[in-house]
Amino acid sequence: MGTMISVESVAKTYDSGLVALNDVSLQIEEGEILALLGPNGAGKTTLISIICGITNLSAGRVTVGGHDVVHDYRAARRMIGLVPQEIALEPFERVWNTVRLSRGLFGLPSDDAYLQDVLQKLSLWDKRGAQVLELSGGMKRRVLIAKALSHAPRVLFLDEPTAGVDVELRKDMWEIVRELKAQGVTIILTTHYIEEAEAIADRVGVINRGEILLVEETQALMRRMGQKEMVIELQAPVDAIPEALGKYNLALGDDPCRLVYSYVTQAGRRPGITALLSDISAAGLVLRDVQTRQSSLEDIFVDLVREPAA
Amino acid sequence: MNWWAIVAIYRFEMARTWRTIWQSIVSPVISTSLYFVVFGAAIGSRISEVEGVSYGAFIVPGLIMLSVITQSIANASFGIYFPKFIGTIYELLSAPVSFLEIVIGYVGAAATKSLMIGIIILGTAYLFVPMRIEYPLAMLAFLTLTCLSFSLFGFIIGIWAKNFEQLQLIPLLIITPLVFLGGAFYSISMLPPLWQTITLFNPVVYLISGFRWSFYGLADVALGWSLLAIFGFTLLCLGVIWWIFRSGWRIKS
Ligand SMILES: Nc1ncnc2c1ncn2[C@@H]1O[C@H](COP(=O)(O)OP(=O)(O)OP(=O)(O)O)[C@@H](O)[C@H]1O
Ligand SMILES: [Mg+2]
Repeated sequence: MGTMISVESVAKTYDSGLVALNDVSLQIEEGEILALLGPNGAGKTTLISIICGITNLSAGRVTVGGHDVVHDYRAARRMIGLVPQEIALEPFERVWNTVRLSRGLFGLPSDDAYLQDVLQKLSLWDKRGAQVLELSGGMKRRVLIAKALSHAPRVLFLDEPTAGVDVELRKDMWEIVRELKAQGVTIILTTHYIEEAEAIADRVGVINRGEILLVEETQALMRRMGQKEMVIELQAPVDAIPEALGKYNLALGDDPCRLVYSYVTQAGRRPGITALLSDISAAGLVLRDVQTRQSSLEDIFVDLVREPAA
Repeated sequence: MNWWAIVAIYRFEMARTWRTIWQSIVSPVISTSLYFVVFGAAIGSRISEVEGVSYGAFIVPGLIMLSVITQSIANASFGIYFPKFIGTIYELLSAPVSFLEIVIGYVGAAATKSLMIGIIILGTAYLFVPMRIEYPLAMLAFLTLTCLSFSLFGFIIGIWAKNFEQLQLIPLLIITPLVFLGGAFYSISMLPPLWQTITLFNPVVYLISGFRWSFYGLADVALGWSLLAIFGFTLLCLGVIWWIFRSGWRIKS
């Protein structure tokens, strides 16, 4: 499997003078799921819009499946399905016609059986005759997804697909994403629900102020930056960390009965829990309870984005 | 060429026409009838004939032009403005379609609708006045070309407009006066000499004159000029649209 999308030194300055992207380079592999994370206004939608042809780039080059998105736009765009962040649908048109329009726009003859299958998967088949304005917000989002899938794209962009969507649809959506991945479709999604990215993405890209801060395999990132914490609850309060425990990375908890031990779980490194616990009892402290927790992608992300821009 | 895309856009746009088919037919029929009552009956009783044609019959080509021009601009400008307004233009921009395909789809649908309306008005006119059409093929050709060129023009307005007011502005401020002063309801020869000269700068004069010629063989200006005017206008609009899509003006940031 090769590179599906290649973004080389792309910059975007809007007419207002605002620099939305600043020398962004990114390679997206065929068949992977990449989650783009970043705070509001980071440039996620701008990047997607440039790849899809909705926004002009100011500098750089983008190819999709080896086709330049500017010079060979037909071949590039044929491969792409886009679910935009904002719901935009012709309100008076019927669901079925809207989806048919999309397929036609991508140069394909109508194929009712295929579209029926897409609508059924999205639980929209019953609504095919409804006008768009009769649908609820979540259903409209499904229609957007159906439109994006109407031409069986090789690359799917989901710009915040789960914003304002209930649990049920969210589950459906991830089910569909997994199914598409199994078919070899490359998927790029943005989300503010970081647990989602953690659960589904092969790789995570973090973007802030128009710059890519990192792109890394989700698992590796979790391992590299994921810290574990052990909260040790004591029978009696302590006002300071006993001297005998000074060599451990311990901190006092918000409650004087608690000590917090931070450590990294990494292959080839011992967390030192056994030694710590025996030293605690040797220091005369009595344990009441012990809990551990792992920092989530969200914590990692917040740390990254908080760092002041140089 | 992405033919499926053209077909898809055309169908989708025509669906709008079919949804509102009764409005689309009834309002031009009523307004035409009103024109006949006011201009045909009231004024026509004073001006009995223009160059051998009864006044009622004389104004038919101008009336059709008036409606067809206004309708073409309104349909086409709304057709492309609406996707911009509600955001569905993202799909056009991200689809593998060229500017020519988009234009053929949208302008084709807008022109079809105004052509239908033109023919309905012609039918309505038959109910009011006895008429003849000297050169039916030329008449249809003129009508179709007018629908197409003004739909192209409307398309440009739709892309240019940033709000609904601007959408109405040019038709109201420029087109309607040009059509009214373009000899829709009178022959240029009825004007004082100075005004005749000024009028010749009005491009609509050439369209109405050519169109009226196809009915009665009467023309204010030579037929060649009429043809030149309409082809020139069409090419100009196409050129502007080509530039718009190349630069992304008002549709791509
Ligand atoms: N058409 C535009 N004209 C001018 N500035 C724009 C335009 N679109 C976006 N911007 C600006 O570009 C920056 C990046 O916006 P973008 O929509 O790409 O962010 P995002 O990462 O998608 O944010 P969100 O999470 O809120 O969707 C923002 O500062 C935004 O205000
Ligand atoms: Mg966004």
